Amino acid sequence: MSKSERSLLKDMIRIRTLEERCAELYGQTKIRGFLHLYIGEEAIAAGALPQLRDDDNVLGTYREHGHALVRGVTARSIMAEMYGKAAGCSGGRGGSMHLFDADRHFYGGNAIVGGHLPLAVGLAMADQMQNRDRVTACFFGEGAMAEGEFHESMNLAALWDLPVIFCCENNLYAMGTSLESSESETDLALKASSYNMPAWRIDGMDVEAVAAGMERAVTTSRSGGGPVFLEFKTYRFRAHSMFDPDLYRDPSEIEEWKSRDPITSYASVLTERGSLSQADEEALWAQAQEEVDDAVAFAEEAEWESPATLTDHVYGPAPTRPGDDAKGEPILDPDDWAGDGIASNREVTA
Amino acid sequence: MTVHEPAPAQSAQMPSTMTYREAMREAIREAMQEDERVFIMGEDVADYGGTYAVTKGLHEEFGRDRVRNTPLSESGFVGAGIGAALGGMRPIVEIMTVNFSLLALDQIVNNAATLRHMSGGQLGVPLVVRLTTGAGRQLAAQHSHSLEAWYAHVPGIKVVAPATVTDARWMLRQALADPDPVIVFEHATLYNRREPVEPGPVDLVSAAIRRRGSDLTVVASAGLVHKAVEAADALSADGASIEVIDLRSLRPLDRPTLASSVARTHRALVVDEGWQSVGLAAEVAASITEDCFYGLDAPVRRLSSVDVPVPYPKHLEEAAIPTVEDIAGAAREMLAEGGTDG
Ligand SMILES: Cc1ncc(C[n+]2csc(CCOP(=O)(O)OP(=O)(O)O)c2C)c(N)n1
Repeated sequence: MSKSERSLLKDMIRIRTLEERCAELYGQTKIRGFLHLYIGEEAIAAGALPQLRDDDNVLGTYREHGHALVRGVTARSIMAEMYGKAAGCSGGRGGSMHLFDADRHFYGGNAIVGGHLPLAVGLAMADQMQNRDRVTACFFGEGAMAEGEFHESMNLAALWDLPVIFCCENNLYAMGTSLESSESETDLALKASSYNMPAWRIDGMDVEAVAAGMERAVTTSRSGGGPVFLEFKTYRFRAHSMFDPDLYRDPSEIEEWKSRDPITSYASVLTERGSLSQADEEALWAQAQEEVDDAVAFAEEAEWESPATLTDHVYGPAPTRPGDDAKGEPILDPDDWAGDGIASNREVTA
Repeated sequence: MTVHEPAPAQSAQMPSTMTYREAMREAIREAMQEDERVFIMGEDVADYGGTYAVTKGLHEEFGRDRVRNTPLSESGFVGAGIGAALGGMRPIVEIMTVNFSLLALDQIVNNAATLRHMSGGQLGVPLVVRLTTGAGRQLAAQHSHSLEAWYAHVPGIKVVAPATVTDARWMLRQALADPDPVIVFEHATLYNRREPVEPGPVDLVSAAIRRRGSDLTVVASAGLVHKAVEAADALSADGASIEVIDLRSLRPLDRPTLASSVARTHRALVVDEGWQSVGLAAEVAASITEDCFYGLDAPVRRLSSVDVPVPYPKHLEEAAIPTVEDIAGAAREMLAEGGTDG
């Protein structure tokens, strides 16, 4: 098993193991709120994210646990976040839908469908304007493609040649709404290509295909080729969220897709290649199990934040006096400073 | 040797005058000169010069990247401003008017206002959004909204309304220095207003007493500040002494300044161009009542726009929004109301 084969398989197994445990913990009411599992779609995060550099930007939806994990956010801080503990990667303020990690350029965890696409455009703009050769990878479901913000963002990114990789995870359903009942043109890459950017269809159940497609997109975008749209064809094996009784899908359809499970498929590819033994695979599952056990223990032990901190992080540290910036640096030459007189507090009429 | 004419001593002290529009433009220019991270984007900010000609000529000075025309995509480019702020820039986003900002409410309320908190303090959005507000120009219902209260309702953002040319000149600088999103409401009737400019800087949080008085406090913001001062001047002929407070900041509200004024005057009239129901005036009036109840000589009174989509004909538009006469009339009634002196 080559190093890259190993890490592709390993990351998918890590996501699956983490999320299976999340489902259990949800049943035990340890995790609350909405919980959207990525089970079945792991090949996308596992294949795509390793193609990025550490300083590239990543944005995801509420179905982002796998992306966070592969990006390097620790299982401990993800699990603690799901528990709502202070040690979580968002200080417990976000929960499962809002995992953030500024150091890893991981900008959520966004739960307004389509709402994070304009942010991706802006992050890429900031890079372009500051002459940084970063790319911004933005993950979203096909449901977002019916939103105005999708179209506005595609247009802006293409118009301004911004290095955004639009990663559409087409799992065929937006909650209970099928692709056919949502899109006038169900060929999503065709639709996206009307924005005058490259748009490629990729088998989202094949982790190596994902990795190759993403690598090509990153190379294109980073070298000044502007935005790229990728449609990853995939399927979620579970319901939309833990609240969803999943009444709208034919069980035979689910079974058919499950037969293309990205983990078992890749494991058998590697076995056929002779690069994976049963012992190797078992070791990967065992390691993932250990990682998740450790994360759960960590989250269990972690502290709750005191309600006294409730209103923390609403505003940043405000300038202490006019003419300073938030860090207390003068933004005006002190000689221009009008003494104790805040101009606005002067009376203008006698 | 060149001989410089010494400037007359008096004029050296006199602050220069400029229009509100020029002050705003000067503030943008200065910010862009001083800080490469600052740029402005919005619909028609370049060749057209901005809907209200605030950004006129700036693209020639700073280029089209930093004075960037956007398509008609309010949600898209406001969101891009948020993203650019996350990425280390200091964007000024111009939305033509508050009416169109509704298409960007999702970005402002769901993203700009929440990201710091949702990320546990890891992210901040140092974004400035400028937008024109207000009625008074016979533009009918879809172009005459005053929705400041909608924004001032939301924790995570700051909302200011410069009423004077001095504030137009200096508030932007402070807004750009702020670590959080600041929404700057510019009342459309103010752009041609010419006034002396006092030296900066100014803060973003305090209310200002624009006219001293002892019998009644009128609280106003933006365009209504000047109407309130006019009404107060008119009433002084009858011997009434009216104080006018310019809120300046709609979020946060400067409650101490309001309270100390009303503690002196014992009466408060809150005027607001937004609709009365569930409006900004209601919030201000409730704050004053909470802070000054036992010192009041009369119930705090609101004078807001009538609850109607602003109509087109001049006489009906005037009937819908508070006028100088409305303010003077309400003040007169309040002064006639009971209560002992002091
Ligand atoms: C603007 C908005 N509308 C509705 C919702 C409720 N909602 C949450 S997820 C979802 C379906 C989205 O489907 P898709 O984009 O395909 O992503 P998936 O959940 O399949 O990964 C809906 C309608 C929302 N969060 N935001």
